[in-house]
Amino acid sequence: MTAVVNVFLKEGVLDPQGKAAHHALASLGFEGVKDVRIGKQIILQLDTEDKTKAEAEVKEMCETLLANTVIEDYTIEIN
Amino acid sequence: MKVAVLRFPGTNCEFDTQYAFEKLGHTTQLVWHEDEKLPEGIDLVVVPGGFSYGDYLRSGSIARFSSVMKAVQDYAKEGGKVLGICNGFQILTEAGLLPGALKRNNNLHFISKHQNLCVINNDNAFLNKCGKGEVLNIPIAHADGNYYIDDEGFKELEANGQILLRYSDKEGNPVVVNGSVTSIAGVCNEDKNVFGLMPHPERALEAILGSEDGIKMLQGFEA
Repeated sequence: MTAVVNVFLKEGVLDPQGKAAHHALASLGFEGVKDVRIGKQIILQLDTEDKTKAEAEVKEMCETLLANTVIEDYTIEIN
Repeated sequence: MKVAVLRFPGTNCEFDTQYAFEKLGHTTQLVWHEDEKLPEGIDLVVVPGGFSYGDYLRSGSIARFSSVMKAVQDYAKEGGKVLGICNGFQILTEAGLLPGALKRNNNLHFISKHQNLCVINNDNAFLNKCGKGEVLNIPIAHADGNYYIDDEGFKELEANGQILLRYSDKEGNPVVVNGSVTSIAGVCNEDKNVFGLMPHPERALEAILGSEDGIKMLQGFEA
C-alpha cells in the first residue's frame, strides 16, 4: 500500500514561502491568485494490505515525526 | 562547573561552545548523539548550534529522537539545566522540552549578523547576571529562527516570565528580525531549567570580535 502524507502550515500560521511565491506569481502577471500555501508531500510504501491498520500507523508517524503539530496540519491518503 | 556539550552529525558549534565555557574556567565534555547516558556529575547540558541531520524534514526533528536526547529528557525532568543555542533551541522545541516552534524566517533568508537583544526576564538560572531591560549585542546566524506560539501559549509564557530575550534596537525597543511572535529570541520552560535562544552567546566573548556580552550570559549558570 502507498500512503501519501501532505503537511502544511496551519491556517493562521504565516507561510513565508507561499507568500513569496504569491508575490512572484503576481509580478509575472498571474493576477487571479488569492492565496498560495506551500507544503511538503511524503510518500510511504507500506508493507501491509490492511487499510485501517495502515491509516492508524501513518497517523502515529505524523503525530510523532512527520509533522510538527504546533505549526503544521497534515492529511493522509492511503491507496 | 562541568558542562556536557552534545554532538550530532551536522553540529558545528560544539568547539566554540567548549571554548566559551573553558575560557570561563569550566570543564567541558563532548557527548556523541549515540550515547545513552550523560556524563556523571554534570552541572549543565548544552545543545549547540549547527545543522543536525542536515535540517532534513524540519530543523531538529531527527536529532530529537537520538539516544542522547532520551537521556537529556530524563535529566531535564529531574531538574537538570539544559541550554539550547540556535539548532539546539530548535531541537529542544521539537523534543517538547520548550514550548512553541521555529519556522523559516519571514524573509526566507539566512540571517547572519550582530543583533541587539533586550533582556525581558532575568529571574532565572541563565540571565541572572544580566539586568532586566539590558541590551546585549550577540550574533545571530539562522534560517529557521521565526519563533511561533499560539495566543494561549503566548499568554502563559508572558504570565510565567518565560520570555528571556527579544530582538531589539539599541534602546531595547523590539524590532522585527525574522518574524518571531513579539520579536522573541529566547524562552525557557515553565520550571525554568530548560533554556533556548537563537542568538549565539558563545560567539560574543571578545571585544576584538565585536562583543563580549556573551560572557555574562553564560556566567549565569555559575550561580
